[in-house]
Amino acid sequence: MEIKFEMNGTPTAVDVEPRMLLVDMIRTELAETGTHIGCDTTSCGACTILVDGVPMKSCTMFGVQADGRSLTTVEGLKQDGALHPIQDAFKENHGLQCGFCTPGMMLVGKALLEENSSPTDDEVRWAISGNICRCTGYMNIVKSIQAAGEAMAAGSEG
Amino acid sequence: MYPPAFDYKAPRSIEETLSLLGEVGDEGRILAGGQSLIPMMKLRLAQPAVLIDINNVAELDYINTNGHLAVGALARHADVDRNKEARAFNGTVDGAASWIADPIVRNRGTMAGSIAHCDPEGDWASVLLAVGGSVIAVGPNGEREIPMTEFLVDFFTNSLQPGEMVKEVRVPAYQGRGGGTYIKLERKIGDYATVGVATHLVLGDNGNISQAGIGLTSVGSHNLKATEAEAILVGQAPSTELFAEAANAAAAACDPESDVRGPAEYKRDLVRVYTRRALATALEQANGK
Amino acid sequence: MTTLETSPEIGGIGHSKKRVEDARFLQGAGNYMDDIVLPGMLHMAILRSPIAHGEIVSIDSSAAMEIEGVVAVVTGADLEAHGLAWMPTLSGDTQAVLATDKVRFQGQEVAAVIATSPYIARDALQHVWVDYNDLPAITTPQQALLSESPLIRTDKEGQEDNVCYDWEAGDKEATDAAFAAADRIVSIETHYPRSHPSPLETCGAVADVNPATGHVTVYLTSQAPHAHRTLFAIVTGLPEQNIRIISPDLGGGFGNKVPIYPGYVIATAASLLIGKPVKWIESRSENLISTGFARDYHMKGELAVTNEGKILGLRTEILSDNGAFYADAQPSKFRAGLFHIVTGSYDYPAAHVVAKGTYTNKAPGGVAYRCSFRVTEASYLIERLVQNAAYELDMEPADFRVKNFIQPEQFPYHSPTGFVYDSGDYEKTLNVAKEIIGYDELRRQQAEGRSDGKLVGIGMASFTEVVGAGPSKDYDIAGLKMFDSAELRVHPTGKAMLKLGVKSQGQGHETTFPQIVANELGIPSDDIALMEGDTDNTPYGLGTYASRSTPVAGAATALVARKLREKARLIAAHLLEASPDDLEWEPGVFSVKGSPDSRVTIQEIAFAAYTNHPQGMEAGLEGVHYYDPPNMTYPHGTYIVAVEVDPEDGTWEVTRMVAVDDCGVRINPMIVDGQIQGGLTEGFAMATNQHITFDEDGNCIGSNFMDYLVPTAWETPKFELGETVTPSPHHPIGAKGVGESATVGSPAAYVNAVIDALRPLGITNIDMPVLPDRVWAAVKAAQAG
Repeated sequence: MEIKFEMNGTPTAVDVEPRMLLVDMIRTELAETGTHIGCDTTSCGACTILVDGVPMKSCTMFGVQADGRSLTTVEGLKQDGALHPIQDAFKENHGLQCGFCTPGMMLVGKALLEENSSPTDDEVRWAISGNICRCTGYMNIVKSIQAAGEAMAAGSEG
Repeated sequence: MYPPAFDYKAPRSIEETLSLLGEVGDEGRILAGGQSLIPMMKLRLAQPAVLIDINNVAELDYINTNGHLAVGALARHADVDRNKEARAFNGTVDGAASWIADPIVRNRGTMAGSIAHCDPEGDWASVLLAVGGSVIAVGPNGEREIPMTEFLVDFFTNSLQPGEMVKEVRVPAYQGRGGGTYIKLERKIGDYATVGVATHLVLGDNGNISQAGIGLTSVGSHNLKATEAEAILVGQAPSTELFAEAANAAAAACDPESDVRGPAEYKRDLVRVYTRRALATALEQANGK
Repeated sequence: MTTLETSPEIGGIGHSKKRVEDARFLQGAGNYMDDIVLPGMLHMAILRSPIAHGEIVSIDSSAAMEIEGVVAVVTGADLEAHGLAWMPTLSGDTQAVLATDKVRFQGQEVAAVIATSPYIARDALQHVWVDYNDLPAITTPQQALLSESPLIRTDKEGQEDNVCYDWEAGDKEATDAAFAAADRIVSIETHYPRSHPSPLETCGAVADVNPATGHVTVYLTSQAPHAHRTLFAIVTGLPEQNIRIISPDLGGGFGNKVPIYPGYVIATAASLLIGKPVKWIESRSENLISTGFARDYHMKGELAVTNEGKILGLRTEILSDNGAFYADAQPSKFRAGLFHIVTGSYDYPAAHVVAKGTYTNKAPGGVAYRCSFRVTEASYLIERLVQNAAYELDMEPADFRVKNFIQPEQFPYHSPTGFVYDSGDYEKTLNVAKEIIGYDELRRQQAEGRSDGKLVGIGMASFTEVVGAGPSKDYDIAGLKMFDSAELRVHPTGKAMLKLGVKSQGQGHETTFPQIVANELGIPSDDIALMEGDTDNTPYGLGTYASRSTPVAGAATALVARKLREKARLIAAHLLEASPDDLEWEPGVFSVKGSPDSRVTIQEIAFAAYTNHPQGMEAGLEGVHYYDPPNMTYPHGTYIVAVEVDPEDGTWEVTRMVAVDDCGVRINPMIVDGQIQGGLTEGFAMATNQHITFDEDGNCIGSNFMDYLVPTAWETPKFELGETVTPSPHHPIGAKGVGESATVGSPAAYVNAVIDALRPLGITNIDMPVLPDRVWAAVKAAQAG
């Protein structure tokens, strides 16, 4: 089935069978492998992308459901060659170790910060409670998202 | 990991959807949020030949509080969670809204879809049973309102007729000073409830309970309405002792199974403890209004 | 605090340098196993047994072969023809690659489909028909030992029971004497439940056998690529010089990526037979049901104590559930891993450990999951026993510990089970932890009680663990001695490349190991690239697990850098026309004593090594070192947890968690803290929710993320970290390693806290995971009785 959508700002068209999961469409048809697969029960969030700016688990959608939508993956965070403040913040605050959950965490963090640029610890933890991390123990992920919020608020004031 | 092949349709109107439903009969399934259906398809526990994807049926995407709380079939759990009017409308809905699945699943899954699924471990059905809610079904013969008690037939079984789909979930307004809540014990975010208790109380002018609703999750083959417990409450003056008696009745009426989430006696006792606590909270809310 | 010897620009040891590897991960440009795509690559899916124990009657794959896109179906019979149906395990047993006679655990590999897409491969699995004769399943070690239980390993000649090992350590006689002399014997019986490392990235491989050249490249999720290469060569008979293992970016390991799994071997055999690359990536369910699990130790412990609170001796008896094949990934001489560190942080002369391993109808394994080879089990047992002993003697648990701690002047300390602890200052670390948490004030508040019905508990664990495997005298895995290696090449332009025999799965090696070189040579760590994981391009090593990278490869790195620094001194002397003995070193610069203007930088020396080296000296500035550690290292710590328990529904919550670790010198404090936070979370997971169970038919409960519960950020507590630094005297940079300390030490701290809260009710034990229904049941029983 042919579908058309926006992928990280670029108009894109593909032809895929309906049963192909959105995460597989992104990873194989579009060859963007920054979105990861960590489970088979919609439990881990490693596959999280933004669909029209809203975090969704791409393993629990079909590729054809992207028709007419705007998708953002981790590869779309960089703007004009510069890292997004959330990418910078994760690096500055040691918010990642193996990196496998990181794309999902950053996209959820970005969506949160666009609504609330200074979330409390609990607000961040609640927002990322659909994303599993096995390495970090979450503290530095929370710190990174909060730091990104500060940077984004400061940036927008300037 | 991957579902078997299926035919895919993406209608843009209720009319088109009903027409497709009529064509495919029980070969087809409606796909709304898909957060229950797609995982089942990936495990090959469900293998529909045709999926009718209603995510483009914009006329189903609404929440409003004109007289009653109306949640359209495409309203996501997150939409309810963020909707101040919806949450202020009913305490039981307010108590449950943040606790469905996890935040990302809430962005996609729908309240209506979850209710239509009739999973005994699903939260919304218990809420609807407690508050006296209903489902608006639409089919070839038009619309009809189905009280939740009738809509929920059994384990993963609803009362929709062939060719019908859920258009809306409806929660009635409080007829007096009302309150309610939902207490859910889950082992972690994203788990199903070990036990869930939905309570709903409305006080009459004399301060006695004029309406009582108790809905129970994960303690039976389907979500349960604790009717004996409700009967103990209606017409009485609220008190700790009354609530304890109702809690005991709710515990006695449920039918939990021993499983990974604990032994049956434990779940039964949780129903007792949480019913008591949730009734107290419902009362506080009702008195606060 | 670790002393800084270099400037931030050089970025040597002690600097919290930001991570080099982050650049690619943050942009979604990591190269994980499933990202690897080779031309013509096929996809493999494995058909697994639905039952725990049964005879295979027949396998019919004809229908699967009819499906378009299916290239081959491989069965045990096919592999048997090539001598590949069975393979050796890391514990000297054998394991079925594809079942031939029987299936011995639910999830065991029975057949494999190779197809043009992963979707088609999975479709085809449903068309491979296997007929089984069910056999009764053995689901506990106790059941395994009953004479009437069926024999699981009917394939092993001479095997007459379901025992896979018997082992002991310590001195029974001396321990019996100590117990005879005791005023009191404190005991505990507890099951450390089966758990699973479950890294977020599952295991997998891409096997590429080039039919034209005979070269075999296997991309493998491997924590130990060189050992895997050698074992592959032995198992497959393919010549080792033609095998290249490449372990790419790994999305976590935690021990799960140490064993060789049947999927790797089947994919390689398939690639060999078909002549195309074959990719196999397991699903999460497959990962949980069939790959290397952890723990599952049934433990009895007894502590002999005096009325004054002095420990005289320790006895422990272990019954281990090893699954269908004895596949523990541990040093070969130690059948129970390093469990015999169970004597802990305490000084007493006598201990005796007895351990028996059993076969059951479950997945093989037992040693994995950040456990330092069973030190998690040991540490849990002793720290739970110590708290119980303190209670029975009516002593404050912190004071009981301090009274029995090994004293600083007793190091190096010879433990009754044969370890030589290198260094430690246990009381100091405990006091730092007490101060951070405000221990005395917490106890006071606890004594006051709560008006809301909640029970407050405070629990502690003062663990000593043992890592850095290990000295060649005692440590080998599958015969391979446990040295490790570092190869350092300093290029003419003064930049360097470091190649290691270990393999990071997220621990930050690309950042930390160059810091070691920067410290020794003064080359900025940003100018040093790290390579790991490609066996063609790195020196032989035994890999990363059991917290061994810093103790072993870190030592090798320091020593090779020192070797090159000594060569650099000679080149500097040549350039400065001085005697080498007249030169002084500061990071990155040699200068003539007394003439500071007479100086030459390491970069200039590097250039000269290739353009102007002294006659008679070998050119270049490169070297390699294989380090055989003289001893293990012994990181330690004290963790204190405060909890609130709701006795009505059994739920409990951590209100404070303080962790003070002593891992010696910290190469990168930011990364060390990150490792600890991760480990404290895994300890929390084990204490609360994370376990795998089986029903009586051997069905695995906990084989997907809906049943195997790993904590989210919402459940996970916040941690407060502290540190003390007691360097390892035998390690070249005084570092001990820290990756597993928190998983080792924290479970007992959490559980001790809950038991402490329930102590007024007379409850002395609840096994992990301390589920709300277990707390509820204990409270109900206590209230009734």
